[in-house]
Amino acid sequence: MNMNTHRLKADHLTAGYDKKMIINDIHIQIPDHKISIIIGANACGKSTLLKSFARLLKPEYGDIVLDGKKISTLSTKQVARTIGLLPQSPVVPEGIKVFDLVSRGRYPYQSFGKSNTKEDFIAVEKAMDVMGITKIANENTDELSGGQRQRVWIAMALAQQTDILILDEPTTFLDITYQVEILDLLTDLNKKMGTTILMVLHDINLTARYADYLFAMKDGKLVASGTPHEVITENTMKEVFALSCEVITDPLTGSPLILPKGRHHLFTKSHG
Amino acid sequence: MKTMKDIVWYNLYLKRRRREIFVNVILFILTMLLAVCMLSLGNTVYTPDVVWRVFQGEILEGATFAVYTLRFPRMLAGTIAGIAFGIAGNNFQMILRNPLASPDMIGITSGASASAVFCILILGMSGGIVSFAAIAGGLIVAAGIYLMTERGHFSGGRLILIGIGVQAVMNAIISYLLLKASQYDIPGAMRWLSGSLNGVKLSEIPPFLSVLILAGSIPMILTRQIKILELGEEHTITLGVRINLVRGLLLGSSVILIACATAVTGPISFVAFLSGPIARRLVGAGNTAVIASGMTGAILVLLSDLIGQMAFSTRYPVGVITGILGAPYLLFLLIQMNKKGNA
Repeated sequence: MNMNTHRLKADHLTAGYDKKMIINDIHIQIPDHKISIIIGANACGKSTLLKSFARLLKPEYGDIVLDGKKISTLSTKQVARTIGLLPQSPVVPEGIKVFDLVSRGRYPYQSFGKSNTKEDFIAVEKAMDVMGITKIANENTDELSGGQRQRVWIAMALAQQTDILILDEPTTFLDITYQVEILDLLTDLNKKMGTTILMVLHDINLTARYADYLFAMKDGKLVASGTPHEVITENTMKEVFALSCEVITDPLTGSPLILPKGRHHLFTKSHG
Repeated sequence: MKTMKDIVWYNLYLKRRRREIFVNVILFILTMLLAVCMLSLGNTVYTPDVVWRVFQGEILEGATFAVYTLRFPRMLAGTIAGIAFGIAGNNFQMILRNPLASPDMIGITSGASASAVFCILILGMSGGIVSFAAIAGGLIVAAGIYLMTERGHFSGGRLILIGIGVQAVMNAIISYLLLKASQYDIPGAMRWLSGSLNGVKLSEIPPFLSVLILAGSIPMILTRQIKILELGEEHTITLGVRINLVRGLLLGSSVILIACATAVTGPISFVAFLSGPIARRLVGAGNTAVIASGMTGAILVLLSDLIGQMAFSTRYPVGVITGILGAPYLLFLLIQMNKKGNA
C-alpha cells in the first residue's frame, strides 16, 4: 500500500476552448485511493474536465488544486511524479519497442546526465511485470493488438510511479474481453498500490461494477455524484442521458445494472 | 536483490546503445575518409602525403593553392553545411512527427534563398551582406510560418501545409526574379537555386562553425526531451516537459542552422530531408539520432560533391546530385504515406 496521499480537486473550475466554455463552475474533490469514474453524454464536458485535471487545458476561472496548492504554481516535473495520464488516442512513435516506450515514463525522475539509473531500470521492469508485458518487451509497439498496446501505455504510466492516474476512455476501441481485462488490471493497481484512479468510461454497466465513486455530468455541470448505487438510478439516468431505463441488481456483483428501454422489442404487458 | 544483469530490458538497452555507438563510429570514419578525398581529389590528384605536408605549412607549388585555398574551405563548408542540414532536418521531422516536415520542404530554405536572390539581382549586393540577407530571410519566413500556424493552438499538420504553401510562393519569387534579371547577374544567383560549394572562402568558415557548435548543441542537450515530444502533446505535458520552451528552442536552433548553412552553400536540396530518415534507420527506431543525422548529412554533401566534380564530363554543383538522390525518396515516401492512408 502506498503511504503517500495526494489530494486532487477542481475548485470552482470553468474551462473550455477559444473563449467557449465547456464546463462551468465544477467543484469536485477526487476521493483518495479510490476508483472514480466520470459519466455523461457526448459533449457534456467530461473530457474537458479530465484534460483540466491532467494540465492539458488551462482553467478560465477557478483552479485545479493538488495538495492545497494551485497546480499551475507547482514545478511541472513535480506534478509529473504525482499525476499520470493515459490519453484517449496516444501517439505511438514509429517502430518503437515496448521496453523503450515504457521507459519513457521515467522522464520526470531523470535529469541531464542522470538518466537510466538502476532505479529507472527496476521501475520499468516492475511496470512491465505488473502489466504482464515482459515477454513482449522487445516487440514493436505499433504491431501489437489494441488490448496489448493499452497494457503498454498503462505500464508507461506505472513506470511514472504516480499516486494518481487519469485515463480518458481506456477501453474504447477494445473488444469486451480486453475491456474487462484492462478494468481488472486497473482495479489491481488500485487495491495493491492504493493508486487513485480517475477516468471517463462510456459503458454504464462496467462503470457501475468498477467504480467506487461516480461523477455524472450534463451540459458542463456536475449533476450527481456518489457511489454507483446512489448515482445509477432511473431518475438520474433520465436526467443525464435522457434515457429511460430500468435498474436492476447485477446478479454477479450486486452493483446496479441498467436495462435501457428502447421503442421496440419490449414485452407489452410488463410494467405498463 | 536483483542485479542489473537480471533485468530483462537492461540487456536490450545495452544492445541498442552498442549499435548506436557502432553506427556513429562508422559514420565518423566515413566522414573523415570523404574529407580526405575532398582534399586529395580534383583536377590534379595529390596523395594524402602531399596534403599532409601542405597542412604542415610547406609551400608546394600548385598543391598549396589547390589544397589549402580551394579544396580545404570547400571540404569544411560541405561538412559543416551537411551537419547543419542533417541535424536541423531531423529535428523538424522528429518534433512535427512527419518525414515531410523538413525545412527544405516547408519553405524555410527557400525563404533564405529568395532573400539572397532578391539582394543579388534587385539590390545589386554581393559578398557577406548576401549571407546576412539569406539568414534574415530564413528566420523571417520561419517566424511567418509559425505565426500563421499558431493562432492560439499549435498544430504540426497545419504547420506543414502552410509551409508547403510558403515554399511554393518563395520558389515563385525566385523564378520571377531570375526571369527579370539581366543575363550577367544570373550565374551569381544560380547557386541559390540548388546549392553549391564553389567559391567558398576560408574566412567564411569560423563564424559558420561557431553557429554550428552553438545551435547544434541544443538538440544534443535536449535529446531526452525530443524522445518525449515524439509521444505527442498530451504525454509531453503530463510527463513534465515544458513543451513550448523545449519546442521553441529546438525549432529555433534548427532554423538558425538551416538559415546559416543556406547562406554559405545555398539550399543543397534534400540533405535536410534525407539525413534524418537514413540515420534513424541505421541507429534503429526509438533513437533520436541527432549526431548520426548530422554525420549522414555531411556524408551526403561530401559524397555528392565528389560525384558532381568527378563522375561526369561536365561538373555539376552538389545540389544537383543530392537532388537526384532525394527526388526518388520523396516519391517513395509519398507512395508509402498514401498506402498507410495518412497522407
